[in-house]
Amino acid sequence: MTKLTDLTISAARDGLNGGDFTAVELTEAHIVAMEDARGLNAFITETPDIALERAGESDGRRKAGAAVGAMDGIPVAIKDLFCTEGVLTTAGSHILDGFTPPYESTVSGNLRAAGSVMLGKTNMDEFAMGSANITSYYGNVINPWKGKDGKDLVPGGSSGGSAAAVAGRLALAATGTDTGGSIRQPASFSGIVGLKPTYGRCSRWGIVAFASSLDQAGPMTRSVRDAAIMLGAMAGHDPKDSTSAPVEVPDFEAALNGDIKGLRVGIPKEYRMDGMDPEIDKLWSEGIDMMKDGGAEIIDVSLPNTEHALPTYYIIAPAEASANLARYDGVRYGLRVDGDSLDEMYANTRAEGFGDEVQRRVLIGAYVLSAGFYDAYYRKAQRVRRLISNDFKKAYESVDVLLTPTAPSAAFAIAEKMDDPVAMYLNDVFTVPASLAGMPGISVPTGLSHQGLPLGLQLIGKPFDEETLLKAADVLEAAAGFDGRPA
Amino acid sequence: MTYILEGDTGDWEVVIGLEVHAQIISNSKLFSGSATSFGAEPNTHVSLVDAAMPGMLPVINEHCIEQAVRTGLGLKAEINLVSVFDRKNYFYADLPQGYQISQLYHPIVGEGTVILDLDDGSTREVGIERLHMEQDAGKSMHDQDPKRSFIDLNRSGTGLMEIVSRPDLKSPEDVGAYLRKLRSILRYLGTCDGNMDEGSMRCDVNVSVRKVGEIELRNRAEVKNVNSVRFAMQAVEIEARRQIDVYEDGGDVIQETRLFDSVNGETRPMRSKEHAHDYRYFPDPDLLPLELTQEYVDNIKATLPELPDERKARYMGAFGLSAYDAGVLVAERDTAQYYEEVAAGHDPKLAANWVISNLFAVLKEKGVGISESPVSAKSLSKLLDLLKDDTISGRIAKDVFEIMVAEGKEAEAIVEEKGLKQITDTGAIETAVDEVIANSPEQVEQYKSGNEKIAGWFVGQVMKATGGKANPPMVNQMLKDKLK
Amino acid sequence: MSLDNETVKNIANLARIKVGDDKLYHLAGELSAILSWVEQLNAVDTEGVEPLASVVDVTLPLRTDVVSDGDCRDKVLANAPEVEDGFYAVPKVVE
Ligand SMILES: [Mg+2]
Ligand SMILES: [Zn+2]
Repeated sequence: MTKLTDLTISAARDGLNGGDFTAVELTEAHIVAMEDARGLNAFITETPDIALERAGESDGRRKAGAAVGAMDGIPVAIKDLFCTEGVLTTAGSHILDGFTPPYESTVSGNLRAAGSVMLGKTNMDEFAMGSANITSYYGNVINPWKGKDGKDLVPGGSSGGSAAAVAGRLALAATGTDTGGSIRQPASFSGIVGLKPTYGRCSRWGIVAFASSLDQAGPMTRSVRDAAIMLGAMAGHDPKDSTSAPVEVPDFEAALNGDIKGLRVGIPKEYRMDGMDPEIDKLWSEGIDMMKDGGAEIIDVSLPNTEHALPTYYIIAPAEASANLARYDGVRYGLRVDGDSLDEMYANTRAEGFGDEVQRRVLIGAYVLSAGFYDAYYRKAQRVRRLISNDFKKAYESVDVLLTPTAPSAAFAIAEKMDDPVAMYLNDVFTVPASLAGMPGISVPTGLSHQGLPLGLQLIGKPFDEETLLKAADVLEAAAGFDGRPA
Repeated sequence: MTYILEGDTGDWEVVIGLEVHAQIISNSKLFSGSATSFGAEPNTHVSLVDAAMPGMLPVINEHCIEQAVRTGLGLKAEINLVSVFDRKNYFYADLPQGYQISQLYHPIVGEGTVILDLDDGSTREVGIERLHMEQDAGKSMHDQDPKRSFIDLNRSGTGLMEIVSRPDLKSPEDVGAYLRKLRSILRYLGTCDGNMDEGSMRCDVNVSVRKVGEIELRNRAEVKNVNSVRFAMQAVEIEARRQIDVYEDGGDVIQETRLFDSVNGETRPMRSKEHAHDYRYFPDPDLLPLELTQEYVDNIKATLPELPDERKARYMGAFGLSAYDAGVLVAERDTAQYYEEVAAGHDPKLAANWVISNLFAVLKEKGVGISESPVSAKSLSKLLDLLKDDTISGRIAKDVFEIMVAEGKEAEAIVEEKGLKQITDTGAIETAVDEVIANSPEQVEQYKSGNEKIAGWFVGQVMKATGGKANPPMVNQMLKDKLK
Repeated sequence: MSLDNETVKNIANLARIKVGDDKLYHLAGELSAILSWVEQLNAVDTEGVEPLASVVDVTLPLRTDVVSDGDCRDKVLANAPEVEDGFYAVPKVVE
């Protein structure tokens, strides 16, 4: 029998339903794995007691023949950006020291209501700002994958702890959040599936905000089917979030019928960038062939404003963040560093509480909104954002999904690209455009680099058409037959 | 009447614009479901949203939107069918989000008008520039502890309408008239209780001065958070005088935010606002643009009550009241309603007199509002009935009214009980008249020699003899006949 | 745009983040580099393009005016660094 920690959600569900093992056994196996892999630093807070209690409840439900949820008894990890009632929630930041929310985010609450079992809160880039999980106050996360040279690698970011937990078999699945690529890029770096849903598909209520017009929660799993199951449990209209879409949640798993005959797959030419890593280029071409072999129609499309997406994002996201992070002021929760006046207390608290990258972004955000610069930076970026959004709309007149690489490289070593913020930002070059346009995107592992590291391809779908997106991803996954795993 | 301040270098005039923050009457807050009521224990009317806990999101209260639209219509203003909520970023202890959700670029209400009713009975239009919706802040208490301030967020997130006037006001009297009129309109509409003591209506007074004849506006100071009509008027006087002094001493008034100190009768710069603010407004990404339909606006329009200006016009036109009397009666909706109940079936001018002269004097003496009047509109109306059918005279009516106030009885019962019915029996009046004439030979002589003024004295004597109950016109007529 | 130390100080003050003089120069360099990089947008023709603030395609949802929240002072104050008699306490503010 497969080790319990190697199961997918769907296999574990079958095993639990068939009585092959109990939720408590499944959970215990993951608690052991979590404890054994502390070296990865994937978790900020482990919650084994909560996990065992909920697993026990789940077993009770099955035993009593009561109705069970879509993820009943499934151990999952929760990114530490989701507020969890009674459990420390830090957003990877010093400034949220000791913060224990008296409330549960809608998404983590939905997962709980679906019967899932929380193993703990995963490490992440501070306030989700980063692409390598090196900005966390709680230290960097180590990718369970190693290159041939054996160096420690980053898991990607900002949902790096979640990615490492899922890839390293510490959790069957994990929640992530994606503002500019923070689910898809670490999924690619860690050899797992990461889905950013359509903006508005999952409620943002109770998720520590980074950039409100972009933030979106999604599943990080070891299969496309698992992503479909988990998205179904996470999603849904939430009247507490004014930007949550009042749309029905379909049965995503039912959409995985393996049939992509006639599906129109767009290949945006602008994603083939100057100086592109030939390995990535090759991976992409192979992916195109896989889709073609599955019966899809491959169509070249143009998204002419692609190159403007990154700078647009790096104006809009910091601007929103500069306001979203104003509430961390040492008055109502978290860290307080005293000062002689209120303003000094604020300035001391925020200087000590925020790390360098967060400070940079808050300052850039304040600057681009400030008197005299608003039109030149912020309004300009909003205009370009419309052009980018229009590009997608136009492309979707002739295609159903788009296929692109997820990230420009495989996972890199921890010391690389650390001192130049702009170089780090380039990690998100393929993921940011869909974020700006609010489109759903999924990263599927399809190959290995020459170093033996996982590489992912991204499929981008139409708004609220995650069903087609997942169906295509499922076919791609099957064709790629990716079975690599960290040593 | 122009308000001119004399200075050493010549005459100055004042230019004033007001920003009024009016708390919207609603059960719950603008973006959260916590209660808005005043006077609760600290931090009890606070939700996790109001306390800006991480991950909390705003959801707008539809009633607050309706109230803002209603107010806009009452100010004869244009309603913008699309408006947008912006974040206004600044740090302050009672502003938990670190930004206030407000409307800068696209407010819900555009230009409108308020008509001032001035003391001399004349009126003048003041332009409204805009009305926008925003969140109120919490409250900081600075006097409880030597080293700390205390924060109560009960008020945090309550819906406000900020009503911005054009700089059309020219004197403290204008300011008083504007605030009173605005408050009256808001109360008629039921959108704000206008209670300045409890802070549900507060104003920022923008004051600048210029030499009489100058066209350009000079720098203005914004006097913040003034919380009574009287203080607003005083603040204008004091701030205008300060600015004139600055100019005449060769200085320059700087654009700044000041605080009105009513105890010391001065304004001074606000320390907390020392640094020029850069609010970095941008559209709140947690909210979407607010879109209204014309039908929605029209439906609200159809439910507007008759407002003070229209009511005043009706009182002057249909009832023939003076501008002053009409203005006094319509200022409060309760008063107008009281008056109309009294006036129904009576001479409206007589009714106005009774309300303004007699009733108001009693209310003032007792220090109560019309809703707590010791004499109900119905009772006063019944008193006027007795006057109308000649059951009592005007003089007796005043006495009866006093007893009504003191004892809370109905006029009819008092008249009955005290035998105050007017004497209209010719025989009884004649007896009294004959008696007075017989007892006053001297006065009769004077009258006959042409001193007709003494006729009044005779009437008085007869009234005295009848305990005030004789019908005065009958007494007059009879005296005239007998003294011929 | 190259930011001088004074500008960085002003922004840091707006954002209430204390920046020591020793860090100012380095920070100004980093921020300037980021700004210069985003300024490539200046080359994009956005004539007549409406700014896009949100990708959400629905109208603002409205809430009915009922009291459905609040009355949870324990929750509101539970995480506060300093509380006194039901108030949040902060260093004294001079108006
Ligand atoms: Mg103001
Ligand atoms: Zn305001």
